[in-house]
Amino acid sequence: MKSPIARHLIGVPRSGIRDFFEIVSARKGVISLGIGEPDFVTPWHISEAALFALERGATAYTSNLGILELREEVARYMERFYKVSYDPKTEILITVGVSEALDLAIRALIQPGDEVLYHEPCYVSYAPVVTFAHGKAVAVSTRREDDFRLTRAALEAKVSPRTKVLLLNFPTNPTGAVLPRKDCEEIAAFAIEHDLVVLTDEIYAELTYAGGHVSIASLPGMKERTIFLNGFSKTWAMTGWRIGFACAPPELTEAMMKIHQYTIMCAPTLGQKAAIEALRHGEADAEHMRKDYEKRRNYICASLEEMGIPCHLPKGAFYAFPYIGHFGLSSKDFALNLLDQENVACVPGTAFGSSGEGFIRCAYAANMPNIKEAMSRMARFVGKLRK
Amino acid sequence: MLQIRVMDELLRLLKENALESPRNLAKMLNQSEDAVKARIADYERTGVIRGYQAVVNEDKLDIDRVSAVIEVKITPEREGGYDELANRIGRFPEVDSIYLMSGGFDLLIFVKGRNLKEVAFFVSDKLATIEGVVSTVTHFMLKTYKDSGVLMEAEKERERLGVTP
Repeated sequence: MKSPIARHLIGVPRSGIRDFFEIVSARKGVISLGIGEPDFVTPWHISEAALFALERGATAYTSNLGILELREEVARYMERFYKVSYDPKTEILITVGVSEALDLAIRALIQPGDEVLYHEPCYVSYAPVVTFAHGKAVAVSTRREDDFRLTRAALEAKVSPRTKVLLLNFPTNPTGAVLPRKDCEEIAAFAIEHDLVVLTDEIYAELTYAGGHVSIASLPGMKERTIFLNGFSKTWAMTGWRIGFACAPPELTEAMMKIHQYTIMCAPTLGQKAAIEALRHGEADAEHMRKDYEKRRNYICASLEEMGIPCHLPKGAFYAFPYIGHFGLSSKDFALNLLDQENVACVPGTAFGSSGEGFIRCAYAANMPNIKEAMSRMARFVGKLRK
Repeated sequence: MLQIRVMDELLRLLKENALESPRNLAKMLNQSEDAVKARIADYERTGVIRGYQAVVNEDKLDIDRVSAVIEVKITPEREGGYDELANRIGRFPEVDSIYLMSGGFDLLIFVKGRNLKEVAFFVSDKLATIEGVVSTVTHFMLKTYKDSGVLMEAEKERERLGVTP
């Protein structure tokens, strides 16, 4: 029998993370800096609110858009933190994590052959999701020399008459790069000039360590062409709850809602209840976690520097992305040897696109004792490589 | 005059783990090791840091030990108010902690002894007989669940994938 798999899917590789995960899971005693989720548990007051909701029987479907109370909280949060106003009745959609919101947005916008610009190295889902929608994902490389910032010049080199969407993720997984106001303004001008829809995944916004976060949606003329995505996973350590949200003008929200309605129905009810509590009483949680991550980031970067591994100081998210190209090993071999010899798991940079070659991703969403041990093992490993 | 200072990140880290080396503290705080050492010395000198202790789960040890909390009503003294009497009580080695409280009594005292008899003796013969102590109510502790911000039961290893995007 000829392969029954849809042709546009065959060319999409499995996530490099997935391959690496299988190698790591087969080993014992691994210290993992490969985990892209907080090592905190969900703050207790949030879990407790979900337990209370469960006791009160919150086990039914919710509105397709999500519980109105939650959408109202999201609107207040958007106003407070991102300085953008959205109408909870028509401009906010609660989704199953940002992952679903991303898929909805791309499917709502892309027709076969439409192009989506995205910056690389980046989160693993962006290009595949575009391909699934029969679109063409066009990578724009960012470089270590620029602290992985996205420049207008780099975008201009890749834009075409078929470009419809610009996908942004700042702070960036895996580089920790941020988008300072000036860059943000340049990119907004670029989007307006080429009449692009901006899809901005700001899941790590609350983990910005200095200078404050600027959302591109808040810039003049941008709200009407922006789909803003965010969720609760990183800020409130709620990855397993699977709750995210999209904010966009009514026409776009309605289009995304149609797909969501027919494929998902609604985001999990209990998760939505937990999310309400997070937004109402969780401001201090985010602050507390940010302070902890900052110390871990400082520790990892100082340790890498001591080892003679150059690493730009990540300004957001919880990933360090050091350059290891000068050891004469590919990213994958470096990561495999490190795992093999010292039982420390870091993700090869190439899992985040070909421009990640020469780098590894070290997540500092691990506890401090593990980070210390991982760094001392890595120092030993690097010492041997140098001999 | 006592200088009022804020709880900074260095103090927060030491409160979490007083055994953390100055070198590691310096790395976490993005400061020099000497600067961190100097600040710790300053905190010790000025009495901001009053000591370093391990948080021990005594329920895990095979020792004879009982703990009690005592509510004490006292008559404040003409000169010295509550402080003088509280300090006097605080000098007894049996007393672990002592607080001045609002509400139905004045001092809350945490005491430890080898057995019930020893604590009873402390209350009846030492504490209650101090001039100014009006009454005492003693509660014996049965089990410790959390102490100094630390849960006594080690939490189970949480399920988490080894590598995620």
